[in-house]
Amino acid sequence: MSDLSYLGLSKPRRIVYKTKRWFMDFPGKTKNFFKKIPAKLGKIGNKIIQPFINLKDAFVFGDWKTRLSFLFMGFGLIARKQYVRGILYLLFEIVFALFIGFWGWKYLSQFGSLGTVATAEVWDETNGLWIKVEGDNSMLILLYGTICILVCIGFAYTYYSNIKQAFDLQQITSINGKVNGVKDDLKALADRSYHKTLLALPMLGLVVFTIVPLIFMIFIAFTNYDKAHLPPENLFTWVGFENFDILLGGDSVGQNALFAYSFTDALVWTLVWAVFATFTNFFLGMVVALLINKKGIRFKKLWRTILITTIAVPQFVSLLLISQMFSSEGIVNALLGSFGMGKLVYATDPIWAKVFVIIINVWVGIPYTVLSCTGILMNIPEDLYESAKIDGANPFRMYCNITLPYMMFVMGPSLISSFVGNINNFNVIFLLTGGVPVNPDKYVAGDTDLLVTWLYKLTVNENNYKMASVIGIIVFVIVAVISLIFYSRSSSVKNEEDFQ
Amino acid sequence: MKRLNLTNRQEGHQRRNRIISNTVTYVILVLISIIWVFPFVYLLLQSFRGESTGVVGYLLPEEWTFDNYIALFNFNDQYPFIRWYLTTLMIAVITCFFQTILVLMVSYALSRMRFKGRQGIMKMILVIGMFPGFLSLIAVYYVLRQINMIGNPFGLILVYIAGSAMSYYIVKGFFDTVPHALDEAAMIDGANRNTIFWKIILPLSKPIIIYTILTSFVAPWGDFMMSSYLLGNNADNWTVAIGLQNWLTGNNGQNLSHYFTRFCAGAVFTSIPIVIFFFCLQRYYVEGVTGGAVKG
Repeated sequence: MSDLSYLGLSKPRRIVYKTKRWFMDFPGKTKNFFKKIPAKLGKIGNKIIQPFINLKDAFVFGDWKTRLSFLFMGFGLIARKQYVRGILYLLFEIVFALFIGFWGWKYLSQFGSLGTVATAEVWDETNGLWIKVEGDNSMLILLYGTICILVCIGFAYTYYSNIKQAFDLQQITSINGKVNGVKDDLKALADRSYHKTLLALPMLGLVVFTIVPLIFMIFIAFTNYDKAHLPPENLFTWVGFENFDILLGGDSVGQNALFAYSFTDALVWTLVWAVFATFTNFFLGMVVALLINKKGIRFKKLWRTILITTIAVPQFVSLLLISQMFSSEGIVNALLGSFGMGKLVYATDPIWAKVFVIIINVWVGIPYTVLSCTGILMNIPEDLYESAKIDGANPFRMYCNITLPYMMFVMGPSLISSFVGNINNFNVIFLLTGGVPVNPDKYVAGDTDLLVTWLYKLTVNENNYKMASVIGIIVFVIVAVISLIFYSRSSSVKNEEDFQ
Repeated sequence: MKRLNLTNRQEGHQRRNRIISNTVTYVILVLISIIWVFPFVYLLLQSFRGESTGVVGYLLPEEWTFDNYIALFNFNDQYPFIRWYLTTLMIAVITCFFQTILVLMVSYALSRMRFKGRQGIMKMILVIGMFPGFLSLIAVYYVLRQINMIGNPFGLILVYIAGSAMSYYIVKGFFDTVPHALDEAAMIDGANRNTIFWKIILPLSKPIIIYTILTSFVAPWGDFMMSSYLLGNNADNWTVAIGLQNWLTGNNGQNLSHYFTRFCAGAVFTSIPIVIFFFCLQRYYVEGVTGGAVKG
């Protein structure tokens, strides 16, 4: 079909045509995808092999100074007068050896079993009492083992760069090139490689307090670390994919059946919540922004300021307060009562509780939308509206055909990120309802509990770490899939360089 | 020319329509304002209630008192609000200082410099952000317990600051819009990257610096999840958010009937400085939010 005849189609027909095309293209696309796999794998393989080739080259073509670097890190650098760098490498090697030898080894060696000796009480003959003998602490073995593994990876990288630098230096000196001294290095840190100076500290913080813990928690998902296996009294160990099996309903005996049900229910509610929370905020917020910016409306600043108050007051204050205002003795129910209406109690009514959190989220979210919309709304070219008016369009049609598409185009990416944010929205749910109404069919989860608040309850109230980490991983997968689908279509992410 | 062809009747008709639609808009806006302001009016009024301390179904107190406020300032109370307040203030000030600097540094490096691993770092931060934040907190809890930092505000500060790199996005977006020609001109004059960052880019970035200060100062006041998990059960160590939440739900819900009015007083006392601070810097906040939304 040519472009022209496509344009001639009516709107629903275009959609039909596009869907048809998508399905017709599908086999070709899949074939292409699989065709590309070998090339991609080859590329990755090359990337993995390259360092080893470099190492081999350095050993084969290096002189004795470079070769000694394989044993004593930094030797090649010291021998070629890059003293400071060389000594730093050497020091690192020594510290690493001491670290693994005296401390890390005992955790690394037990990493496979996570400890074998449980804490036990032993009868002491000489004193005639029971004495507690500390066994292995699985938690610490896993935690320190993870740290040791990461340190080893770091060491491997440093080791590699030590040899690469030694070899590079050998080649530079062989052609009488300039050898950089300490002063040059320091100068570069303020200029050419200034990013290293800037990023060193923040990245260290990220690795120590986020990445290591995350890897540790991912490991936990494959162990049986829960209430019955709490260190230091008890050991826990690796169980493979058993926890995922429980959560997805593969093992429906006793408590485990509760788990599968609670999970599906919480997952569905999380997605429903995220959709509603995102779109109600977006559409209603835009309507309010339009009202405020309407021509002929005065005190624009006053209206905006009133809304901004909600942002200025700390969120936990307003959320906690509202949860009390809507409680069964609270002012809202008293008002409803005085109008002769029945009570709406979120603590016992699951449907109302869900509607309630969404409504309050609108109250919380609209001011943000109004703030970010206002500027964009003013940027919509006025002549679009003028010409629509001449064509006889009413305000509603103008909203649907001009304002909405324009806003969607500009705010699309931020809509996705707020969707993802809502999936992980802990504060609103936890402080408003705390997950109530309690549902006896679920495992420690209430009816308004999202996956994240459930995760929180599982850890804090139940010490069920294994399931908490499995849920965390699943939330990650969901979020990652959603973001991948949408971000890969958004041009503002792809064309970062163009934008600048 | 079109205007001349309109008869008087048509013009009158249009004007009447406009007046009606404006009136409707005003009514809606007033309603919206009432809905948005009402909780805060309620909060303020309840904080002066003297006749009872629990949740009640009416707005105006029968007996007005300052007792709820006075009770906040007792250091030796079972729930020492003033101690929580000072702790939170300290946490907020220190976090704000370091976080602002770190965020600016990360954003500058990622915006202006091109180096190996740049895309990698940005992707990594994106991926980390997809995990629920609480997940990594569990392990952090054990690490902090090993070094006896649970219940210590400095442990919490450390965790806050360590996460700074995660929030580089909006500031980077701002730096992207500062013309590169400035850097190039300075470089020709012999300035290095360090000088360019401190002497040229930062002085031009006042709005975004203030935005970062504002958000990183306000965040610890509102954070409940991290602080409640890392500060433990001893009421002396809490922040305002944990304490106020405890007054409503603590002791298996027993606290609510004794502490609701005090909660209101505490909430007012916490909110006022932040609201003032916020309104002074409102312009910068709006710029930051708008800029962030447009670039996504």
